[in-house]
Amino acid sequence: MSAPASALGSATQDGSAGAATTVPMVKAENVHKNFGSLDVLKGIDLEVAPREVCCLVGPSGSGKSTFLRCINHLEKVDGGRLMVDGELVGYRQKGDRLYELKDREVAAKREEIGMVFQRFNLFPHMTALENVMEAPLRVKRESKRSARERGVALLERVGLADKRGAYPNQLSGGQQQRVAIARALAMKPKLMLFDEPTSALDPELVGEVLDVMRQLADEGMTMIVVTHEMGFAREVGDALVFMDGGVVVEFGHPRDVLTNPQHKRTQAFLSKVL
Amino acid sequence: MKLQTDPAAGTGNAQRGAQGAAGREGTGASTSATFTAVPVRHPWRWVAIAGVAVLAAMLVNTILTNPRFEWSVVGEYFTSQTLLDGLRLTLILTAVVMAAGIALGVVLAIMRLSANPVLSGAAGGYIWLFRGTPVLVQLIFWFNLAALYPRLSLGIPFGPEFVVLDANALITPFVAAVLGLGLNEAAYMAEIVRAGIQSVDEGQTEASSALGMRRMMTMRRIILPQAMRVIIPPTGNETISMLKTTSLVSVISVGDLLYSSQIIYSRTFQTIPLLITASIWYLLVTTVLTFVQGGIERRYSRGSTRNAPTSLSRRLLRNLTTFHAKPPSPATTDPKGGIR
Ligand SMILES: Nc1ncnc2c1ncn2[C@@H]1O[C@H](COP(=O)(O)OP(=O)(O)OP(=O)(O)O)[C@@H](O)[C@H]1O
Ligand SMILES: [Mg+2]
Repeated sequence: MSAPASALGSATQDGSAGAATTVPMVKAENVHKNFGSLDVLKGIDLEVAPREVCCLVGPSGSGKSTFLRCINHLEKVDGGRLMVDGELVGYRQKGDRLYELKDREVAAKREEIGMVFQRFNLFPHMTALENVMEAPLRVKRESKRSARERGVALLERVGLADKRGAYPNQLSGGQQQRVAIARALAMKPKLMLFDEPTSALDPELVGEVLDVMRQLADEGMTMIVVTHEMGFAREVGDALVFMDGGVVVEFGHPRDVLTNPQHKRTQAFLSKVL
Repeated sequence: MKLQTDPAAGTGNAQRGAQGAAGREGTGASTSATFTAVPVRHPWRWVAIAGVAVLAAMLVNTILTNPRFEWSVVGEYFTSQTLLDGLRLTLILTAVVMAAGIALGVVLAIMRLSANPVLSGAAGGYIWLFRGTPVLVQLIFWFNLAALYPRLSLGIPFGPEFVVLDANALITPFVAAVLGLGLNEAAYMAEIVRAGIQSVDEGQTEASSALGMRRMMTMRRIILPQAMRVIIPPTGNETISMLKTTSLVSVISVGDLLYSSQIIYSRTFQTIPLLITASIWYLLVTTVLTFVQGGIERRYSRGSTRNAPTSLSRRLLRNLTTFHAKPPSPATTDPKGGIR
């Protein structure tokens, strides 16, 4: 089931930028995850090349969020290997043993991976600008001035220059999500993970968030996006992964998968969401 | 409506002539088109009010006329050196005990929430023990620690000792008071802090972890400031309650406010007036603490209400300025609010 998916993955890479020699930004090999007796991920194989936008779709409970959270070690992988930019996530390999990393080392790795959540998760006791400045100030120990300058620039980039002093509960959902994107970008990540970034938004606010994400993709950010926005996947995505029941069922270019799904489960799912 | 038209109608013939028909039309319309709303009558409420008023009058009367209250004695001792020293000690003791209780309480709460069962169990056991026994017993226990351990030593566990101290000399009444009240308070504060930490959405931890913040920094910068909103009101209550609980230390002869008044009345036998004097001081300080608590609560409500919080001083300022019929200046409605 998963072997052909990974084969397809490398094929796409070769086709896209002739980048056969580059290290994949994300590489999952037979990743397993279980919560107690519940097997949530049953052997995920996936490769995402640098500058690629990979869209992850699938029915509720298929393990999309769990997989995304494994990538920055918010969840521990129970089996298989997960690498980001050539380095193992959450573990250090010595011989044939994996040693779990310390809190400090895990945190250092996470700096390089931005994450945007369905429910925004902005810090409610800080203004928009303080939200964006917090991690550069505290984690990277940047000077207040440079953190502030970049925070202002980032807010401007997501179209919220005039909202820097607003607290999250004074912002609309779409504005909050854009602040959350700016906050993640402030750490200059090389990979961005989006977990259904527009699912909690009113329909008329979805567009403003997708616009920011589209712009980000155009600038060459590597992105993994869990989404139900098939239009976005078709337009912006370089790859589309269909997950169901903890496995990758189908993988390919969004155009191909969306117009000509090979697998029955993919067909059934797409007929419901398209 | 009536009130406004009546004086106009009664201002004399000149005006009536000028306004003429318009005025008459106005009153005519109001009487024909509006109904007088009669509010629900509450006869029993009036009975209750009368009852309370009579009781209050009796209380005031007896307080003022019963000579055994000896108000002159209250006035005489209110600012006496002995009582002021006692008050100072009460304040210091409250501050030290609450500071120790909060600091230890935060540590215990974090331990209690730890994934490590040993840490969590140890904190649980501590809370169980110190909440489960009377604080007065704990006070007397620490005061008499020397009976249990005549000498206290500092050194390697089960190994050599570096410093040996005489427990009797080390555990002064004040130290016993701080230990007894502080360790007890920590158990209560731990539960308050734990509830506060648990009230913060898990997404907050995820977001800050995803940004590369480490556990302790997340706790300090993200979780605790938000937990404050839940922690502060009960902590204020604890502080106010502690101010009065410190009076227990009079049993181990620490010279607090109550003990100081006891010293005086054991000599002069003016028991009631001196208890009243001490009580007035307790009341004054709790009143001040209540205001301080309100200010701090507003400070930490930032971002939790859509309307910018206004501090007591600002509201006071605004009330004063409006009293003088000046419009509030922009400075008094600064959106950041809060006390600095
Ligand atoms: N912390 C957890 N403890 C136990 N079970 C969990 C936990 N997190 C997720 N699960 C379970 O794992 C399965 C996959 O969850 P996941 O959130 O990854 O699905 P999803 O594909 O993101 O679904 P959705 O589209 O609804 O967000 C679900 O059955 C869920 O109940
Ligand atoms: Mg999900």
